[in-house]
Amino acid sequence: MSETTVQLSVNGTPREVVVPAEELLLDTLRERLGLTGAKRSCDVQVCGTCTVLVDSEPVSSCTFLTCDADGSEVLTIEGFSETPEFEEFRQSFIEQAALQCGFCTSGILLTLKSLRDAGELTSREDIIAGLDGNICRCTGYKSIVQAAEALIVVPGGSSRGTGTPVSNGDS
Amino acid sequence: MTRLAAFERHCPDSVEGVTELLDSLGDEAIVYAGGTELFLLSKFGFAEYPHVIDLKGVEELRGIERSGGRLRIGATETHRSIERHPEVRRDWPALASMERGVGNLRVRTMGTIGGNLCFADPHSDPATFLLTVDGEIEARRGDGDPRRMKLEDFIVGPYENALEDGELLTSISVGELAPDAGVAHQKFILTERPAITAACHLRIEDGSLADVRLAVGSAGVRAARAEAAEGLLNGSGISDLDRVFEEAGPLAADAAEPVEDANGSVEYKRHVVAVVCRRVVDEAISAIGQENDIRPL
Repeated sequence: MSETTVQLSVNGTPREVVVPAEELLLDTLRERLGLTGAKRSCDVQVCGTCTVLVDSEPVSSCTFLTCDADGSEVLTIEGFSETPEFEEFRQSFIEQAALQCGFCTSGILLTLKSLRDAGELTSREDIIAGLDGNICRCTGYKSIVQAAEALIVVPGGSSRGTGTPVSNGDS
Repeated sequence: MTRLAAFERHCPDSVEGVTELLDSLGDEAIVYAGGTELFLLSKFGFAEYPHVIDLKGVEELRGIERSGGRLRIGATETHRSIERHPEVRRDWPALASMERGVGNLRVRTMGTIGGNLCFADPHSDPATFLLTVDGEIEARRGDGDPRRMKLEDFIVGPYENALEDGELLTSISVGELAPDAGVAHQKFILTERPAITAACHLRIEDGSLADVRLAVGSAGVRAARAEAAEGLLNGSGISDLDRVFEEAGPLAADAAEPVEDANGSVEYKRHVVAVVCRRVVDEAISAIGQENDIRPL
């Protein structure tokens, strides 16, 4: 009906896409830009597998208009996985065996990154509240919470984003 | 995979501009901000509009600030921005905490308080909570004067609000809390949306409850104040609540007017309403005088 030019940064690279107004960010990422790390599952903002960060905040890309990302910075798991910070996340998830099929993992990692960058990953309570909307059908969550505990940054601790583990995950 | 039906998107920057569009496009147009309700309905084919009006560029609909002895929250402020706002966390901690429990992180990042109230889903945390803190809304047509109304007059019924054609919900406001007031919100949730919500405002005078405002929602088609239960609770000694609730609980269940649905039978919901109301009263009592530990965000 009406095509719109949308300029956005995806994983640090400036991109310009011409999309119908009703196009959803998940489709733009997966089908136009070839970024398949965000998954379509429930399609109603419940499960968290389509999570990407828009200007550092987690959104369900299945229900987010691409037009609404005009001028924004979008980070997907592909972009996050190429940053030095990612290694710490990867390692903690491997150590705790915090994934099996991996379908939900991208969304969980991006959600944890956004919480930590905002200074809102300070306790086990923060983890449980923050991941409330990320569904995993394999692990039973315990190992995910344990892996995330290694990513906690306590207030007044070291600078944001660099990580000060306060638990080895055995707690 | 589910795509949205085609639409044209409009991005006005003023309430005047929105009203002009709504007047000229009539039933073909709908407004959105977060899209957390509208686009779900669109996916299921329940809401297909050829014209969609984005409200995010309308400055008048934004902002969280004290104004005229009240806290004013712009209609397109997100649940997340309210939950994180330092002044809200310090002076209306129960509001911040209630917002922190809405939906999930992603829904709160996009979803707005105005959208939540306008959509008037019976299963709404804000619609229940705001009844206990003197919640009011302000609405305006682009070419008219603002109208203020109590929240109970704004939400008319399930999925039905009191806005007139071309009119927008512009802000929500809540009253200042007395220093010795305790406020709390609780919910009982089985699926994605709450099955029972309850909120309470109260004070204690000489060991007895005073200024009790108790609201119940999500069990029936519309949140409501449990006035008969409030009447029993006011003046009751806090050590006497077990006995008082034998009567107040069923009265709160009456006010909730539960309907049978996937969350349970009427009888079951009546029981849970009474339990959740007792919990929320207890929580409001323990909230009195509590220092709000606000860590910087």
